Amino acid sequence: MEKLINKYATKLLEAGLVDKDRFLIGGIDDDILWEGLLEVKGLEEIFDKLSINSLLFAKPKEPYGSIINFLSKRVLEENADKIEPKDCETRTFLHDLPVLNNYSTSEAIEVLKERKCVIIDGFGVITYGTVSPEQCFVTLSSVCFSTFVKFFSDYLKLKKENRSDKEMEGVFNFVKNYKGSYPDFKNTLSKDIFENEESVYSAVAKAGKLTVEYGLVDSFFGNVSAFYNGNIYISQTGSSLDELDGYIDACPFDGSTCTGLTASSELSAHMKIASDTDCRTILHGHPLFSVIMSMNCDKNDCENEGSCFKICPEKREISGIPIVPGEVGTGSFGLCNTVPPELKNNNGVIVYGHGVFATGEKDFNEPFKRLLEIENRCMEEYFKLVL
Amino acid sequence: MNGWHGKILHINLTKKESSIERPDHELYYKFIGGKGLSGYYLRKCATKEIDSDGMAILFFTGPLVGTTSPSPGRINITSISPLTGTIGDTSVGGKFGSELKKTGFDGIVITGKSDELCGIEIIDEKVSFKACDEARDLKISEVLKKLSWQGSVAAVGPSAFNGVLYSNIMIDGHYAAGRNGLGFICGIKNLKYLAVKGSKKTSIADKTELKKAREDILRLVSASPVLMGDAGISKFGTGALFDLISSRRMIPTMNFKETSFEDPEKMNAFSYQKEFGVKHAGCQGCHVRCKKIAKDGRPLPEYETMSHFSALLLNRDKESVVNANFICNEYGMDTISAAATLACHSELTGEILKPETITNLLKDIGEGTCSERLLSKGSYRYAKEKGKKDLSITVKKQELPAYDPRGAYGMALSYATSTRGGCHLRAYPVSHEILRKPVATDRFSFSGKARIIKIAEDVNAMADSLTICKFFLFAASLEEYSKIYSAVTGDKKSAQDLLDCGERIFYNDRVINSLNGFSKEEDDLPVRFFKEQGSSGNNINVPPIDREDFLEARSKYYKVRGLSSEGMPTKEKVKELGLVWKN
Repeated sequence: MEKLINKYATKLLEAGLVDKDRFLIGGIDDDILWEGLLEVKGLEEIFDKLSINSLLFAKPKEPYGSIINFLSKRVLEENADKIEPKDCETRTFLHDLPVLNNYSTSEAIEVLKERKCVIIDGFGVITYGTVSPEQCFVTLSSVCFSTFVKFFSDYLKLKKENRSDKEMEGVFNFVKNYKGSYPDFKNTLSKDIFENEESVYSAVAKAGKLTVEYGLVDSFFGNVSAFYNGNIYISQTGSSLDELDGYIDACPFDGSTCTGLTASSELSAHMKIASDTDCRTILHGHPLFSVIMSMNCDKNDCENEGSCFKICPEKREISGIPIVPGEVGTGSFGLCNTVPPELKNNNGVIVYGHGVFATGEKDFNEPFKRLLEIENRCMEEYFKLVL
Repeated sequence: MNGWHGKILHINLTKKESSIERPDHELYYKFIGGKGLSGYYLRKCATKEIDSDGMAILFFTGPLVGTTSPSPGRINITSISPLTGTIGDTSVGGKFGSELKKTGFDGIVITGKSDELCGIEIIDEKVSFKACDEARDLKISEVLKKLSWQGSVAAVGPSAFNGVLYSNIMIDGHYAAGRNGLGFICGIKNLKYLAVKGSKKTSIADKTELKKAREDILRLVSASPVLMGDAGISKFGTGALFDLISSRRMIPTMNFKETSFEDPEKMNAFSYQKEFGVKHAGCQGCHVRCKKIAKDGRPLPEYETMSHFSALLLNRDKESVVNANFICNEYGMDTISAAATLACHSELTGEILKPETITNLLKDIGEGTCSERLLSKGSYRYAKEKGKKDLSITVKKQELPAYDPRGAYGMALSYATSTRGGCHLRAYPVSHEILRKPVATDRFSFSGKARIIKIAEDVNAMADSLTICKFFLFAASLEEYSKIYSAVTGDKKSAQDLLDCGERIFYNDRVINSLNGFSKEEDDLPVRFFKEQGSSGNNINVPPIDREDFLEARSKYYKVRGLSSEGMPTKEKVKELGLVWKN
């Protein structure tokens, strides 16, 4: 447990989610272990009252700190008790983000009995894990991602309607430059990836790592694959894209083994893309502005409002990049039905409120470059609309 | 009431009488249904002899049965196990749970012994007893054919009357209420079948909230590669696990002497579907449809059966595996215990069993004509009689399923602490140790596992009380199911509230077992796993389990579970959980 606590304390810092004196992470088997410099009263009581084995209290780093504070304050002003982001990952896995006015251990416990996290206005975020502190890291990462997407989406909508207020403008001006521009990419990924099985494994792992380093996906999300010798080599479900060594599944195209049981939720989509196109590499990330812009729709009184993540009769695009609906995984509304057809004529597609799929025919340089281009284009478009 | 009907049927087979109990709502809120309510009623008779009039066998549904909740129709069957002497309970699918709920009862408590072989038929709230002496030797499909019942049927095969301690109750022909030998209890009671049919609806407190919560779960199910992926159990059944467990070098082989089976891809789920064809089937109301049926109508084996009738016996003949599964279903025998008992016999005699020997022995056991009489009593009693107790790979006298504990230490601990004997389903650590859900844990470490196992046992006790399918917990969690529960029943409970009930329900098992003489000594693994290594290879080292590490993890588990250092329930914890300390 100590090793895991240390590992995820380091990852929280490396992912830019917290500063070193702004979090406390604990784990328990029969006794509690803590890591972090903060002192927060009552956290041990949360261990007593909940069936959990790890706990994180964090004051997220900027820009997330200001965004979360703004959103939580707004929620409370409206006499509501939760932030409801519309992005796909949050909707699917966290559902909503409960908010408390003040920190009280007993109130936090009541909220955590129902949800994986609680935001305490102006104070911080508490999350927990039931089998590993990794869950604390993943949940905090999701909270930061989804609140960022929500804030920038809300701002865009209100700005277009001339309804943004002074406070929101202030927060926007403070946070808008935090993401900055992405570094240039100079085709630094390996070009000879299909020499043998080992080179494929290595290329998949390196592509995943670079995608995380560029901030085109949070560590825990997204997926990467390459097709070689009748197999698809794909990142495992819930694997950290920056730690893929040993976590890539080789799944035969003919379905003759079930080793893909632990493969990414998007294995079906990757398989279909491979069979419908000439691509041999696929990168799927969740770049922030692509997700934000995919939800920017000017159609009023749409009959599908509220369901546009799964049904949208319109042919949507941004700067020529198609935007399609689709849920995670399989099922009749699954993105495995909507993404592959679009990739027949494009090497990149954005899934509504979710992320980007980009493909390549030779190596991972092509999809990585495309992923980056799409995100840069979406960022540009965003700021064109609001500034 | 919403969610429940508020009525429990009591049947006395000795007197051929029935009566209806209307318990306080509080009892439902405290024990929920399924395993929880069954355990509550079993506690009252837990120390009686299994062949006494007072011993009960209980059939209980949960509050979500009869609603549109995902995975709605299961049932829990409970008694004292003749195989282990522990609480014996099993969750089973099919449509029996749904039909029973439609009769207007939440559960049935059956006590007494019929003086002649009989069946019980329930249509709505009307109960009839049918003499059926001629049906004693009928196999399961013959019972169904004879009855031509329009609802759902739970029946036992000939093995229940021929002394097989691992006899199952079979639901609708294909669904086994397995482990623990509850079919044998029906045999003692002279009960051949229980047929139910009803028309009553389950009342729902908040249909809008139910719809929303249902969508949340279905979204997660669609996102789950294990359930709905190209290699998932929706496509291949639980047999999908074969390749994965094999690649992790933890597939029990040759009576657990080895952990690797040669050329697994020739014996995997895909190869069965290719050779025998496949039709997809499933429990009523479930869209995962994990049950796979061969084109000729025989069920394709599930993972445990597929693995144990092949790797465990060094058998590479797929037809005999399908046939062995079919024979077990027809005679009403638990496939895990049957295969593992034969594997013990194989190691003990030094004879690799031929495919036809396997199927012939199974028939002989089912018919009560086997020359090795003790094979019907499970491997523990058989090996002990032969003076080779250590060759029985059992916990609390129940044979272990198809996950070698040397390849997953959470599984090792949970086998030992399981309250119904060797079982993978009490905590199902395969979820995180192999399937990476909710996140992956280190399978070769006991670090953190004591608490993880305790929590998972509580979660699964709740799943068996709500009578939902545990597979859905690969995708969703009690966070989502608490919303369903609250919407259906109107009893607002959080995920943690349900877990607290789960803790109470699981601890009740420990109380019952302690009253029947179980303690730390039985919470242990066969000696083989501490002394012999598994089959290392492919950069995976499979050493023996370190005995000291195991004992330390078990001690931590006792502390986290609120047991004494001897693994015994404490009066304080019993009081805290609102249970009964002693009769």
